[in-house]
Amino acid sequence: MQFEYKIQGGDFANAGTASSNVKKVLKQINVDAKIIKRIVVALYEAEINVCAHAFLGKVMVNITPEKIEIDVIDKGPGIQNIDLAMEEGFSTASPAVREMGFGAGMGLPNIKRNTDEMQIESEVNKGTSLRFVNYLISSI
Amino acid sequence: MTQKAFHHALKVDNDLCYGCTHCMTVCPTEAIRVRNGKAIIYEHKCIDCGMCFKVCPVQAIKVEQDDFSTIFNYKHRVALYPSTLPGQFDSEFSIKQIIACLHELGFTDVFEVEHGADFLVDDIKEYMKEHSDTKPLISSFCPAIVRLIQVKFPSLVQNIITRKPPLDVSALYYRKKLEDQGVDPKDIGIFYITPCAAKIAAVKSPVGEEHSSVDGVINIDLIYNRVLLLLKNHTPLDTEKIEEPTLRHTSIRWSLTNGEADRFDGRCLAIDEVHNAIDFLERLETDQITNVDFVEIRACDESCAGGILNVSNRFITVERMKKRARRHKEFLTQNPVQNPLLEYSDYLKEKCRVIEIEPRSMMKMDEDTNIALNKLEKAQKMLSYLPGIDCGVCGAPTCQALSEDIVQKNARLTDCVFMRSQMEDTGSLTHIKSIQIMKDIWGDYSINKVEEDLDNDK
Repeated sequence: MQFEYKIQGGDFANAGTASSNVKKVLKQINVDAKIIKRIVVALYEAEINVCAHAFLGKVMVNITPEKIEIDVIDKGPGIQNIDLAMEEGFSTASPAVREMGFGAGMGLPNIKRNTDEMQIESEVNKGTSLRFVNYLISSI
Repeated sequence: MTQKAFHHALKVDNDLCYGCTHCMTVCPTEAIRVRNGKAIIYEHKCIDCGMCFKVCPVQAIKVEQDDFSTIFNYKHRVALYPSTLPGQFDSEFSIKQIIACLHELGFTDVFEVEHGADFLVDDIKEYMKEHSDTKPLISSFCPAIVRLIQVKFPSLVQNIITRKPPLDVSALYYRKKLEDQGVDPKDIGIFYITPCAAKIAAVKSPVGEEHSSVDGVINIDLIYNRVLLLLKNHTPLDTEKIEEPTLRHTSIRWSLTNGEADRFDGRCLAIDEVHNAIDFLERLETDQITNVDFVEIRACDESCAGGILNVSNRFITVERMKKRARRHKEFLTQNPVQNPLLEYSDYLKEKCRVIEIEPRSMMKMDEDTNIALNKLEKAQKMLSYLPGIDCGVCGAPTCQALSEDIVQKNARLTDCVFMRSQMEDTGSLTHIKSIQIMKDIWGDYSINKVEEDLDNDK
């Protein structure tokens, strides 16, 4: 099952649409609540990242009985140093974004913590592609 | 794991219901459908919030209660009344008069439920310290909200405070007190005067415990009528021997919005009204709201003052209850009395724990993820055929609900009037069959009355 959502840079007010819809679908297919929580937290964080840094983005979701694959692709400034961006507390968010309560430098590390696989590619002044995977069957 | 069937206090009276869809449209969990011209309630989705009861134009939604005369099966008849009960009456009537009326009606003992809040406020403070890593802790006070979280937000079940509400605490105390006085447990009947349907359901099938400590439930509107009749008729009442309730003044406000949130430390929020609750819980579940220590959530607008069985306007009730709390504060400064329930704190500490609250998701299309995903894909396809205007003519509240009903085999695509028109147009459905489907959903009556008129015109 596949879905696609658009994200407008700077539109924090409408961020969360993708994560909220994906959450509903995962509940409907009877995925464990703890696994759902990790996925939606990661996706919401990714949506906020696009809002905070990029001009335009899209979220592509593919759900199979085994796993959920999510691609978040944006057009924007890109990330200069991915290793640095993965460190907790590091942020390039503007003061305006921080005033809204975002940009604490927890975005990417939080996504990594909540996903089973994560890859990120970025080209400066072009954009960033984030891909993450979560398995839907509890490992316990 | 098999789950016990949940008791519901709300029932449809088929003699009165004419399938008007008001309830179906307003139900926050989409638990209502119309079949054969009558509303039906999907029991696994119903949370007993009572929104349907409020909007029904012909009082076809019934709130089950115990017959008043059952109180006389007991020698000791205890009325546990909520602070919202005195809030129904004009302030010209004193709390002592209202208590005297309850005695006059046949109760041997009368006790305000919120006495239990005096105990809970300290017990929950302790609980919050012990569970400081769980954020936010969610109050277990409103039974409709506990059920809402169970069916719609299963991941948040672990955030619900596993302590019983003031009603159970007061009932536990009163029973124990009478037993300590040597009363035979068989002779004790504890009755709760309820402003809401969810409390009835909670008493009849409590969440996280085997049996409720309450024996019966009487609806507040019935008591209101009988008490007001006594007051208006100037029935001689013996108020001499009646004592003022001894609960803290802040506990009188416990069931109002912020009644709990105001009493705890840290970042505490209060949410009322069921759609607000759903919106808040959605955000909470995605971590869009963080760093909150405690949340009080109630299903009714203005919390229990807006309880569906209350008679008085909810805003007036709030004002009366707040005023009474202020008067009670003055009374307590002049007459320092101790809430007798607090003497039983050790006993209550042990008894007020709820064993475990289990999630029971109503969202899943199937237990098996494979099958569920398959069904969901089919439902999405059905939805793409439907008009998306949520007209309700199919007997389901939304096109999405119909699409899910179809894959669960509780409805057919031809239930949609738009689909039928198209199919009649292409010749794949006959007009007679189409009319029959309409009758299946809305009853013979809905269409026959038009046919009769047309016949008469001829």
